[in-house]
Amino acid sequence: MALESYSDITESQYDALRELGSIGSGNASTALSDMLNRKVTMAMPKVMMVELAKLSDLIGGPEEPIVGILVTFDGSVKGMMMFAMTQASARRLADFVLGQDTESMHFADMDKSALKEIGNIITGAYMSSISTITGFDIISDVPHLAFDMAGAILSVPAIEFGKVGDMALLIDSSFDDATDDIDGYFIMIPDLKSYEKIIEKLGI
Amino acid sequence: MSERIRVGMADLNICKAPDSILTLGLGSCVGVVLYDRNKKICGMLHAMLPDSTKIRNNEHRAKFVDTGLEDLIGLLEKEGVRRSSLVAKVAGGATMFNFSSGSEISGIGTRNAEAVRTILKEYNIPIIADDTGKNYGRTVEFYPENGKFEIRAVGREVTFI
Repeated sequence: MALESYSDITESQYDALRELGSIGSGNASTALSDMLNRKVTMAMPKVMMVELAKLSDLIGGPEEPIVGILVTFDGSVKGMMMFAMTQASARRLADFVLGQDTESMHFADMDKSALKEIGNIITGAYMSSISTITGFDIISDVPHLAFDMAGAILSVPAIEFGKVGDMALLIDSSFDDATDDIDGYFIMIPDLKSYEKIIEKLGI
Repeated sequence: MSERIRVGMADLNICKAPDSILTLGLGSCVGVVLYDRNKKICGMLHAMLPDSTKIRNNEHRAKFVDTGLEDLIGLLEKEGVRRSSLVAKVAGGATMFNFSSGSEISGIGTRNAEAVRTILKEYNIPIIADDTGKNYGRTVEFYPENGKFEIRAVGREVTFI
Protein backbone atom coordinates (compact mmCIF):
# COMPACT_ATOMS: atom_id res chain seq x y z
CA MET A 1 0.00 0.00 0.00
CA ALA A 2 1.36 3.41 -0.86
CA LEU A 3 0.28 6.33 1.23
CA GLU A 4 0.00 9.63 -0.60
CA SER A 5 -0.66 11.64 2.51
CA TYR A 6 -1.58 11.21 6.15
CA SER A 7 -5.23 11.84 5.33
CA ASP A 8 -5.27 8.53 3.46
CA ILE A 9 -5.09 6.68 6.77
CA THR A 10 -8.20 4.56 7.28
CA GLU A 11 -10.30 4.04 10.40
CA SER A 12 -8.81 0.62 11.20
CA GLN A 13 -5.31 1.97 10.76
CA TYR A 14 -6.26 4.70 13.21
CA ASP A 15 -7.26 2.08 15.74
CA ALA A 16 -3.90 0.42 15.34
CA LEU A 17 -2.11 3.74 15.74
CA ARG A 18 -4.22 4.50 18.79
CA GLU A 19 -3.21 1.15 20.23
CA LEU A 20 0.42 1.88 19.45
CA GLY A 21 -0.04 5.30 21.07
CA SER A 22 -1.52 3.89 24.23
CA ILE A 23 1.19 1.26 24.61
CA GLY A 24 3.83 3.88 23.95
CA SER A 25 2.35 6.38 26.41
CA GLY A 26 1.79 3.57 28.94
CA ASN A 27 5.46 2.70 28.80
CA ALA A 28 6.33 6.36 29.00
CA SER A 29 4.29 6.85 32.18
CA THR A 30 5.84 3.74 33.76
CA ALA A 31 9.28 5.09 32.95
CA LEU A 32 8.26 8.43 34.42
CA SER A 33 6.91 6.74 37.60
CA ASP A 34 10.21 4.91 38.01
CA MET A 35 12.20 8.06 37.56
CA LEU A 36 10.11 10.13 39.94
CA ASN A 37 9.62 7.26 42.34
CA ARG A 38 5.93 7.99 42.63
CA LYS A 39 2.94 6.68 40.79
CA VAL A 40 2.18 8.49 37.60
CA THR A 41 -0.96 7.40 35.82
CA MET A 42 -2.07 8.39 32.43
CA ALA A 43 -5.44 8.94 30.85
CA MET A 44 -6.26 6.97 27.71
CA PRO A 45 -4.46 8.90 25.03
CA LYS A 46 -6.49 10.52 22.31
CA VAL A 47 -5.18 10.02 18.82
CA MET A 48 -6.19 12.78 16.49
CA MET A 49 -5.58 14.00 13.01
CA VAL A 50 -5.38 17.75 13.23
CA GLU A 51 -5.21 20.40 10.54
CA LEU A 52 -1.72 21.87 10.58
CA ALA A 53 -3.09 25.37 10.99
CA LYS A 54 -5.00 24.31 14.12
CA LEU A 55 -2.18 22.39 15.79
CA SER A 56 -1.25 25.17 18.20
CA ASP A 57 -4.89 25.86 19.14
CA LEU A 58 -4.97 22.57 21.03
CA ILE A 59 -2.27 23.68 23.39
CA GLY A 60 -3.55 27.16 24.14
CA GLY A 61 -3.16 29.08 20.89
CA PRO A 62 -0.20 30.16 18.75
CA GLU A 63 1.16 32.57 21.38
CA GLU A 64 0.90 30.24 24.39
CA PRO A 65 4.36 29.77 25.93
CA ILE A 66 5.22 26.09 25.66
CA VAL A 67 8.17 23.75 25.94
CA GLY A 68 8.95 21.48 23.05
CA ILE A 69 11.27 18.50 23.34
CA LEU A 70 12.27 17.22 19.96
CA VAL A 71 13.95 13.90 19.27
CA THR A 72 14.85 12.70 15.83
CA PHE A 73 15.13 9.02 15.10
CA ASP A 74 16.83 6.97 12.49
CA GLY A 75 17.20 3.30 11.58
CA SER A 76 14.50 1.27 9.81
CA VAL A 77 12.00 3.91 10.83
CA LYS A 78 12.99 7.53 10.37
CA GLY A 79 11.37 10.70 11.52
CA MET A 80 10.98 12.86 14.59
CA MET A 81 8.93 12.95 17.70
CA MET A 82 7.97 15.95 19.76
CA PHE A 83 6.73 16.06 23.31
CA ALA A 84 5.07 19.42 23.87
CA MET A 85 3.56 20.83 27.05
CA THR A 86 2.59 24.18 28.47
CA GLN A 87 5.28 25.92 30.48
CA ALA A 88 3.11 25.50 33.58
CA SER A 89 3.16 21.71 33.08
CA ALA A 90 6.88 21.79 32.41
CA ARG A 91 7.39 23.74 35.63
CA ARG A 92 5.53 21.05 37.61
CA LEU A 93 7.47 18.26 35.92
CA ALA A 94 10.84 19.86 36.58
CA ASP A 95 9.81 20.53 40.19
CA PHE A 96 8.84 16.86 40.67
CA VAL A 97 12.15 15.66 39.38
CA LEU A 98 14.24 18.11 41.35
CA GLY A 99 12.10 17.91 44.47
CA GLN A 100 11.52 21.63 44.58
CA ASP A 101 8.59 23.97 44.57
CA THR A 102 9.15 26.89 42.26
CA GLU A 103 6.60 29.43 41.23
CA SER A 104 8.72 31.28 38.75
CA MET A 105 8.40 30.62 35.06
CA HIS A 106 12.11 31.11 34.67
CA PHE A 107 13.79 27.83 33.78
CA ALA A 108 17.31 27.49 35.16
CA ASP A 109 19.93 25.20 33.63
CA MET A 110 19.06 22.52 36.20
CA ASP A 111 15.40 22.65 35.16
CA LYS A 112 16.36 22.41 31.54
CA SER A 113 18.53 19.36 32.01
CA ALA A 114 15.79 17.74 34.09
CA LEU A 115 13.29 18.34 31.31
CA LYS A 116 15.72 17.02 28.72
CA GLU A 117 16.19 13.91 30.78
CA ILE A 118 12.43 13.46 31.08
CA GLY A 119 12.14 13.98 27.35
CA ASN A 120 14.80 11.37 26.83
CA ILE A 121 13.08 8.85 29.07
CA ILE A 122 9.56 9.24 27.79
CA THR A 123 10.34 9.48 24.12
CA GLY A 124 12.78 6.58 24.55
CA ALA A 125 10.12 4.46 26.26
CA TYR A 126 7.72 5.39 23.52
CA MET A 127 10.04 4.53 20.70
CA SER A 128 11.18 1.28 22.28
CA SER A 129 7.59 0.06 22.53
CA ILE A 130 7.08 0.82 18.87
CA SER A 131 10.33 -0.93 18.14
CA THR A 132 9.21 -4.00 20.14
CA ILE A 133 5.82 -4.22 18.46
CA THR A 134 7.06 -3.71 14.94
CA GLY A 135 10.44 -5.41 15.26
CA PHE A 136 12.15 -2.38 13.67
CA ASP A 137 15.33 -1.04 15.10
CA ILE A 138 14.94 2.63 15.95
CA ILE A 139 17.86 4.79 16.97
CA SER A 140 17.03 7.99 18.83
CA ASP A 141 19.18 11.08 18.81
CA VAL A 142 19.68 13.27 21.89
CA PRO A 143 16.68 15.45 22.76
CA HIS A 144 16.57 19.14 21.89
CA LEU A 145 14.67 21.59 24.01
CA ALA A 146 13.03 24.88 23.09
CA PHE A 147 10.94 27.39 25.05
CA ASP A 148 8.81 29.65 22.92
CA MET A 149 5.37 30.39 21.53
CA ALA A 150 3.36 27.29 20.59
CA GLY A 151 3.02 28.40 16.98
CA ALA A 152 6.76 28.80 16.58
CA ILE A 153 7.72 25.50 18.21
CA LEU A 154 4.99 23.51 16.50
CA SER A 155 6.00 25.00 13.15
CA VAL A 156 8.82 22.45 13.17
CA PRO A 157 6.64 19.29 13.14
CA ALA A 158 4.01 21.15 11.09
CA ILE A 159 6.53 21.80 8.32
CA GLU A 160 7.52 18.13 8.29
CA PHE A 161 3.88 17.07 8.00
CA GLY A 162 3.33 19.87 5.51
CA LYS A 163 5.65 18.18 3.05
CA VAL A 164 3.06 15.44 2.54
CA GLY A 165 -0.29 16.95 3.44
CA ASP A 166 -2.27 19.36 5.54
CA MET A 167 -2.84 17.18 8.60
CA ALA A 168 -0.72 16.14 11.58
CA LEU A 169 -0.97 13.07 13.77
CA LEU A 170 -1.25 14.02 17.40
CA ILE A 171 -1.42 11.93 20.56
CA ASP A 172 -2.82 13.80 23.53
CA SER A 173 -1.56 12.27 26.78
CA SER A 174 -2.24 13.60 30.19
CA PHE A 175 -0.16 12.35 33.08
CA ASP A 176 -1.46 12.50 36.59
CA ASP A 177 0.43 11.93 39.81
CA ALA A 178 -2.68 12.31 42.00
CA THR A 179 -1.77 15.83 43.06
CA ASP A 180 -1.09 17.65 39.85
CA ASP A 181 -1.96 17.20 36.24
CA ILE A 182 0.65 17.33 33.59
CA ASP A 183 -0.81 17.59 30.18
CA GLY A 184 1.45 16.74 27.32
CA TYR A 185 1.18 16.06 23.64
CA PHE A 186 3.15 13.57 21.67
CA ILE A 187 3.50 14.42 18.05
CA MET A 188 4.80 11.59 15.95
CA ILE A 189 6.32 12.45 12.64
CA PRO A 190 7.65 9.36 10.92
CA ASP A 191 8.36 10.06 7.31
CA LEU A 192 5.62 8.70 5.08
CA LYS A 193 7.65 5.69 3.98
CA SER A 194 8.26 4.71 7.60
CA TYR A 195 4.58 5.09 8.20
CA GLU A 196 3.76 2.63 5.47
CA LYS A 197 6.30 0.26 6.98
CA ILE A 198 4.72 0.45 10.43
CA ILE A 199 1.20 -0.05 9.09
CA GLU A 200 2.34 -2.93 6.90
CA LYS A 201 4.13 -4.56 9.82
CA LEU A 202 1.03 -4.28 11.97
CA GLY A 203 -0.83 -6.12 9.23
CA ILE A 204 -3.59 -3.62 8.54
CA MET B 1 -12.85 51.38 14.02
CA SER B 2 -9.96 49.59 12.43
CA GLU B 3 -9.88 45.83 12.23
CA ARG B 4 -7.07 43.34 12.68
CA ILE B 5 -6.98 40.75 9.94
CA ARG B 6 -5.48 37.47 11.04
CA VAL B 7 -3.45 35.32 8.68
CA GLY B 8 -3.10 31.67 9.70
CA MET B 9 -0.38 29.19 8.92
CA ALA B 10 -0.17 28.44 5.19
CA ASP B 11 -2.49 31.35 4.55
CA LEU B 12 -2.50 34.76 2.93
CA ASN B 13 -4.68 37.86 2.82
CA ILE B 14 -4.70 41.53 1.94
CA CYS B 15 -5.40 44.57 4.07
CA LYS B 16 -6.07 48.28 3.60
CA ALA B 17 -5.51 51.17 6.02
CA PRO B 18 -6.71 51.78 8.69
CA ASP B 19 -6.87 48.01 9.29
CA SER B 20 -3.83 45.99 10.23
CA ILE B 21 -2.82 42.45 9.35
CA LEU B 22 -1.06 39.97 11.62
CA THR B 23 0.13 36.42 12.00
CA LEU B 24 0.88 34.75 15.33
CA GLY B 25 3.81 32.61 16.42
CA LEU B 26 5.98 32.47 13.31
CA GLY B 27 8.72 29.92 13.86
CA SER B 28 10.57 28.41 10.94
CA CYS B 29 7.75 29.58 8.71
CA VAL B 30 8.26 32.89 6.99
CA GLY B 31 6.00 35.96 7.01
CA VAL B 32 6.14 38.26 3.99
CA VAL B 33 4.44 41.62 3.64
CA LEU B 34 4.07 43.26 0.23
CA TYR B 35 3.13 46.91 0.49
CA ASP B 36 2.10 49.80 -1.71
CA ARG B 37 2.83 52.90 0.35
CA ASN B 38 0.85 55.29 -1.81
CA LYS B 39 -2.32 53.24 -1.90
CA LYS B 40 -1.78 52.10 1.72
CA ILE B 41 -2.67 48.57 0.83
CA CYS B 42 -0.70 45.47 1.65
CA GLY B 43 -0.77 41.70 1.59
CA MET B 44 0.68 39.13 3.97
CA LEU B 45 1.77 35.54 3.38
CA HIS B 46 2.60 32.96 6.09
CA ALA B 47 4.41 30.21 4.17
CA MET B 48 5.81 26.95 5.53
CA LEU B 49 8.02 25.60 2.76
CA PRO B 50 10.26 27.23 0.15
CA ASP B 51 9.41 25.44 -3.07
CA SER B 52 6.15 23.88 -4.30
CA THR B 53 7.89 22.14 -7.19
CA LYS B 54 9.78 19.91 -4.73
CA ILE B 55 6.58 18.57 -3.17
CA ARG B 56 4.10 16.24 -4.81
CA ASN B 57 1.12 17.29 -2.70
CA ASN B 58 1.28 20.96 -3.60
CA GLU B 59 -2.28 22.12 -4.29
CA HIS B 60 -2.37 24.19 -1.08
CA ARG B 61 -0.64 27.17 -2.69
CA ALA B 62 -0.27 29.44 0.35
CA LYS B 63 1.85 26.78 2.04
CA PHE B 64 4.77 27.54 -0.28
CA VAL B 65 6.84 30.67 -0.76
CA ASP B 66 6.78 30.48 -4.58
CA THR B 67 3.07 29.84 -5.24
CA GLY B 68 2.03 31.88 -2.18
CA LEU B 69 3.85 34.99 -3.42
CA GLU B 70 2.46 34.50 -6.91
CA ASP B 71 -1.10 34.42 -5.53
CA LEU B 72 -0.50 37.34 -3.17
CA ILE B 73 0.81 39.50 -6.00
CA GLY B 74 -2.20 38.43 -8.09
CA LEU B 75 -4.60 39.48 -5.32
CA LEU B 76 -2.93 42.87 -4.96
CA GLU B 77 -2.99 43.43 -8.73
CA LYS B 78 -6.71 42.73 -8.69
CA GLU B 79 -6.98 45.63 -6.25
CA GLY B 80 -5.32 47.85 -8.82
CA VAL B 81 -1.83 47.75 -7.30
CA ARG B 82 1.08 47.79 -9.75
CA ARG B 83 3.81 45.28 -9.07
CA SER B 84 6.44 47.98 -9.65
CA SER B 85 5.09 50.01 -6.74
CA LEU B 86 5.42 47.19 -4.20
CA VAL B 87 8.06 46.89 -1.49
CA ALA B 88 8.51 43.98 0.89
CA LYS B 89 9.19 43.34 4.57
CA VAL B 90 10.11 39.87 5.77
CA ALA B 91 10.23 38.15 9.18
CA GLY B 92 10.47 34.63 10.60
CA GLY B 93 12.48 31.77 9.17
CA ALA B 94 13.94 30.98 12.60
CA THR B 95 15.84 27.86 13.59
CA MET B 96 13.82 26.67 16.56
CA PHE B 97 15.90 23.63 17.42
CA ASN B 98 19.63 23.68 17.05
CA PHE B 99 20.65 20.41 15.46
CA SER B 100 24.06 19.68 14.09
CA SER B 101 24.70 22.07 11.24
CA GLY B 102 23.54 21.01 7.83
CA SER B 103 20.60 19.04 9.16
CA GLU B 104 17.60 19.34 6.88
CA ILE B 105 15.25 20.11 9.77
CA SER B 106 17.29 22.94 11.23
CA GLY B 107 17.90 24.47 7.82
CA ILE B 108 14.28 24.90 6.79
CA GLY B 109 13.83 28.38 8.30
CA THR B 110 16.91 29.66 6.52
CA ARG B 111 15.79 28.14 3.24
CA ASN B 112 12.35 29.72 3.59
CA ALA B 113 13.91 33.16 4.05
CA GLU B 114 16.30 32.59 1.16
CA ALA B 115 13.42 31.53 -1.10
CA VAL B 116 11.66 34.82 -0.34
CA ARG B 117 14.77 36.82 -1.30
CA THR B 118 15.32 34.87 -4.51
CA ILE B 119 11.72 35.01 -5.68
CA LEU B 120 11.15 38.67 -4.81
CA LYS B 121 14.29 39.51 -6.76
CA GLU B 122 12.78 37.78 -9.79
CA TYR B 123 9.66 39.92 -9.37
CA ASN B 124 11.85 43.02 -8.89
CA ILE B 125 10.23 43.74 -5.54
CA PRO B 126 12.81 45.24 -3.13
CA ILE B 127 13.01 44.00 0.46
CA ILE B 128 13.24 47.12 2.62
CA ALA B 129 13.23 45.41 6.03
CA ASP B 130 14.28 41.94 7.09
CA ASP B 131 14.16 40.28 10.50
CA THR B 132 14.73 36.63 9.68
CA GLY B 133 16.76 33.79 11.13
CA LYS B 134 17.92 33.54 14.76
CA ASN B 135 16.34 31.06 17.13
CA TYR B 136 13.09 32.48 18.43
CA GLY B 137 9.44 32.76 17.42
CA ARG B 138 7.83 36.00 16.31
CA THR B 139 4.34 37.44 16.18
CA VAL B 140 4.20 40.06 13.46
CA GLU B 141 1.70 42.79 12.63
CA PHE B 142 1.78 45.21 9.73
CA TYR B 143 0.07 48.61 9.62
CA PRO B 144 -0.47 49.83 6.05
CA GLU B 145 -1.38 53.26 7.44
CA ASN B 146 2.28 54.01 8.26
CA GLY B 147 4.17 51.03 6.83
CA LYS B 148 5.35 49.84 10.23
CA PHE B 149 5.99 46.15 10.79
CA GLU B 150 5.73 45.28 14.46
CA ILE B 151 7.64 42.27 15.78
CA ARG B 152 6.89 40.71 19.14
CA ALA B 153 8.84 37.83 20.69
CA VAL B 154 8.86 36.14 24.08
CA GLY B 155 11.10 37.98 26.56
CA ARG B 156 12.18 40.63 24.04
CA GLU B 157 11.37 44.26 23.44
CA VAL B 158 8.80 44.97 20.76
CA THR B 159 10.55 46.24 17.64
CA PHE B 160 9.35 47.97 14.50
CA ILE B 161 11.11 47.42 11.22
